[in-house]
Amino acid sequence: MAVTGAVMVLFLVAHMIGNLKIFLGHDSFNEYAHALRTLGEPILPYRTLLTITEIVLVASVGLHMWAAISLSRRAAHARPVKYVAKKSQAGGYTTHIMRWGGVTIVLFVIYHLLDLTFGVVNPKGFDSEPADRMVAGFDPSRWWVTLIYAVAVVMVGLHLRHGIWSAFQTLGWAKRNRYHVLRVTAAAVSVVLVLGFLAPPLAITFGVVK
Amino acid sequence: MNLTLKVWRQSGPSDAGRMVTYRVEDVSPDMSFLEMLDVLNERLIVEGDEPIAFDHDCREGICGMCGMVINGVAHGEQRATTTCQLHMRHFEDGATITIEPWRAAPFPVVKDLVVDRSAFDRIIQAGGFVSVPAGSAPDAHSVPVRKEDADDAFDAATCIGCGACVAACPNGSASLFTAAKITHLGLLPQGQPERLSRAKAMVDQMDAEGFGGCTNTGECTAVCPKGIPLDAIAQMNSDYLKANAK
Ligand code: HEM
Ligand code: SF4
Ligand code: FES
Repeated sequence: MAVTGAVMVLFLVAHMIGNLKIFLGHDSFNEYAHALRTLGEPILPYRTLLTITEIVLVASVGLHMWAAISLSRRAAHARPVKYVAKKSQAGGYTTHIMRWGGVTIVLFVIYHLLDLTFGVVNPKGFDSEPADRMVAGFDPSRWWVTLIYAVAVVMVGLHLRHGIWSAFQTLGWAKRNRYHVLRVTAAAVSVVLVLGFLAPPLAITFGVVK
Repeated sequence: MNLTLKVWRQSGPSDAGRMVTYRVEDVSPDMSFLEMLDVLNERLIVEGDEPIAFDHDCREGICGMCGMVINGVAHGEQRATTTCQLHMRHFEDGATITIEPWRAAPFPVVKDLVVDRSAFDRIIQAGGFVSVPAGSAPDAHSVPVRKEDADDAFDAATCIGCGACVAACPNGSASLFTAAKITHLGLLPQGQPERLSRAKAMVDQMDAEGFGGCTNTGECTAVCPKGIPLDAIAQMNSDYLKANAK
């Protein structure tokens, strides 16, 4: 969970920075999208690094889900008879939505790939410039798409608020006197990611970026 | 005080069990929770009913025998308190209180609120010891121990093995208990030689008993009557990862 989660967090940071390029104009964004594919050229063939990244990400998502499912199953086996009354004491809202949050995120990722990567559910289709797909996708008339993205991104933020902290604990790098710093860092990273991911779709829907 | 109790009754391991409602009257706020149950049990015996079975021994918060889930919280909502040290003054007159046993597959119900915690004993047997002649208490400072380590080891050593951590954990994990023992022994000089093999043996035993996996929810620390800190689990994970890397 911790290692695959960390891979995905690193990806999200890079992805967020890439998305923000839309604020520098269509060309900047398209160049960036193109650069992702030609990274490492001419030493490496076209799309080598991108394909490797994609494989690592798919493997991370798969292993992360596998770990989540086996944890849930072990939990179900460990408590076959449920409590009649059960009250949470740790007050961790985010810890209790990890599983459903994860499911929501994966459904969103599928939709997101169909929308902006493969263009299947995007008005511009597959044969278009990445920036055009993005701007058309979040057109004010498609406000509900922006809404889906916003909800999903907030879910990612909540998932990571617990997840980042939890990963340090899982890897044995957490110590009582560092808990506060770790929690604040986890929350800060989550907030930065949420804002960074929300900015482009909102800016497009509200006409700031055309 | 007059109270309504909803208590889990289960005649034996194979019985399905059910909640049964009882009225208890004239409870003194100075009574402990177990004394309140004693009052009810005396009445049940007089009336020819089966008394409610529950575990207890010292009744002073040090043996780890007592424990029940009270209103959905292991050992009740009073923090850092065992069930035997919980007093009725923390409840309101006329309140309805639900009482359930620890619920975890590795802690099968023996009867009513009594569960079999032998799984903890087997985790201890797997590695909760030191194989050096420890002898009688050594002179202070004959073996230097860092103050921080001594404090952390002592904090971890206060675990009384009650099992509330398992009861509270949404995953039914025994990580806090196991981590407390691993931290307690692993931080002291006598425990060093077996530090990694101990962590591996105890964690593997914990998994073999059918406890769930830790997802760092923190529910365990919140109900632990001894306030065993969550970073004991980080220490256990660190030792376990190192043991497996070898
Ligand atoms: C594919 C769908 C996903 C599912 C079903 C899922 C589910 C889970 C579950 C059940 C946990 C363990 C609960 C816990 O540690 O409290 C977890 C932890 C975590 N998740 Fe996810 N998640 C998903 C996607 C993601 C994504 C996209 C990221 C990162 C961008 C991520 C990052 C993390 C991290 C860092 C942890 C903590 C790891 C640890 O404590 O060892 N997850 N996830
Ligand atoms: S860690 Fe706390 S809750 Fe768990 S067995 Fe020890 S004393 Fe009880
Ligand atoms: S009876 Fe000994 S701790 Fe409660």
